[in-house]
Amino acid sequence: MRVAENLNAALHGLMEHDPTVHLLGEDVADPYGGAFKITRGLSTRFPERVLTTPISENAITGVAAGLALAGDGAVVEMMFGDFAALAFDQLVNFAAKSVSMYGSRVPMRMVLRCPVGGGRGYGPTHSQSLQKHFVGVPGLALYETSPFRDNAEVFAEMLQRAEPCVLFEDKVLYTRAMYEVEPPFALRAQGAVAEVSLPGERPDCVVVAGGGVAHRVLAAMRTLLVEEDVLCTLLVPSRLYPVELELPEVDRVFVVEEGTAGGTWGAEVAHVLHTRHWSRLSGPVTLIHSADSVIPTAAHLERDVLVGAEAVHRTILETLRA
Amino acid sequence: MSVSIWERSHASGQVSAVGPSDDDLTQLLTIRAFERKLLDLFERGMLNGTTHTCLGQEYVPVALEPLLRPADHVFSNHRGHGHYLARHRDPEGLLAEIMGRRGAVCGGVGGSQHIRRDRYLSTGVQGESLPVACGVTLHLKRAEPGALACVYIGDGTFGEGGVYEALNLAALWQLPLLVVVENNGIAQSTPTARNMAGTIAGRAAAFGIAHLRTDSVDLDAIRTLLAPAVAAVRQGRPLVAEFATHRLGPHSKGDDTRGAEEIAAAHAADWYPRYAAADPERFARLDAAARARIDAVAADVTGREPA
Repeated sequence: MRVAENLNAALHGLMEHDPTVHLLGEDVADPYGGAFKITRGLSTRFPERVLTTPISENAITGVAAGLALAGDGAVVEMMFGDFAALAFDQLVNFAAKSVSMYGSRVPMRMVLRCPVGGGRGYGPTHSQSLQKHFVGVPGLALYETSPFRDNAEVFAEMLQRAEPCVLFEDKVLYTRAMYEVEPPFALRAQGAVAEVSLPGERPDCVVVAGGGVAHRVLAAMRTLLVEEDVLCTLLVPSRLYPVELELPEVDRVFVVEEGTAGGTWGAEVAHVLHTRHWSRLSGPVTLIHSADSVIPTAAHLERDVLVGAEAVHRTILETLRA
Repeated sequence: MSVSIWERSHASGQVSAVGPSDDDLTQLLTIRAFERKLLDLFERGMLNGTTHTCLGQEYVPVALEPLLRPADHVFSNHRGHGHYLARHRDPEGLLAEIMGRRGAVCGGVGGSQHIRRDRYLSTGVQGESLPVACGVTLHLKRAEPGALACVYIGDGTFGEGGVYEALNLAALWQLPLLVVVENNGIAQSTPTARNMAGTIAGRAAAFGIAHLRTDSVDLDAIRTLLAPAVAAVRQGRPLVAEFATHRLGPHSKGDDTRGAEEIAAAHAADWYPRYAAADPERFARLDAAARARIDAVAADVTGREPA
């Protein structure tokens, strides 16, 4: 099963089992089923609770917050995650704050789904990974779709939190198969933090990465192992923020993400790991991310900006051999 | 969808011969006394942060209250003390909230602009509550037909894009949404003429949403005007009810840049002297009682420990 189908199945299951859940977004209704077809079939099965909306990201995020206030659950699809900037006020100043600013906890069951990432030539305003802009908002949890965790579990967990959540879905994952890892590496854990490693071997380093770049990291892990005899273990947390990670016994850690330089999610991960594990690390956590740039449209220019397997390989090797 | 557009204006010269009930008058005077007390506490350095009083606009929520039901939601804004007091009659809880004392409605976290109690909720960002109210009314329409959401906004709020997104949804989805516009002619320091092209009526008409306008301060006249349209809201026909009103005081505190003439004009339109003149003896008695109550509330709350 591909990631897109897994997401679609998760939404079907969620709406089937929880009759309060509404889904809103632009062009989400059948036969179109959303720009990336993640909502396919939902409006046919649940016509009362699936609302195809005007191009109004601010308002539909507010509508989700209103449904949540009234006790319903709500899932909002941003057609492109870039457009979540238009929903920032409703999400940050209202939905997330409402959890605690009224003095007692107000449950807010809502999820903003954000297709993110480049590699498709959509250009500067349809290719970003905006995760970093949402890090550190009280009452707002961040998740990223991974090929190593069933999205039904992810949605159940997000709604269970009863606070607004953003789910970042890297668009390049949609056509990827779930749970697929090529030997000799093996997927060892599938829970909140998936682990991909070489069974029985002690790694030279750990690479922490969001689900969207997992395959790029795995490609680098393969060349590092085959060409350089460097062994990495990959950790893919389902929840990006708040950060919760248990490290295997290693003294070198890398964080890989597609977001551009400056104020990154990786910097937050590094801060958490430094605070907990400074004494056993032989150097600071190394951040690997895209360049400090807009994301160009032309394929060769886009490749130069976005983080890729080669950059991951090169940075890990240079850091370990320095 | 076809919606008839009403636009009426009420001559505001007189208040009803019968006058407001004791309860209505007490509500009006209690809110007035509460707001005056806040400014007094500020001057004495006893309040933290800022506040926005509704002096001059007290009659709007008082007029609306009997048109609302317990199941209705009310969304308020930065200038919301009158809205809260008309809805919950709880000056102790509100003052404790504003002062961060024991008994605060929201534990002192929200303060003047962020209050939630039962189905009443205020937020401090302009235009933010309208989309939220669309979500609530979407729920009500299915789960509790007949209930509505009443959202207070100001003339300045129309600068926000979210207002238009929400009005579009309300009309499109036929939501039971009552938008009450307190058009006091000034957004903080900027007169409406300098920040709004066109009219509020024109904006409502653009979405096929019914619009009523009144410059009356007469509670009975306002209720008579609004009652049928509010009943229609409950059937899924949203309404923009525009009150041409007057802000007597500053935007928050000590920041009134209006000239003496403008401020005098606002005072000339105030409900307070009109109601006083209409029934001097009863008015004076109820006013004294309201002030005494608020004095007692303030003495009580200021003596409490932190929330």
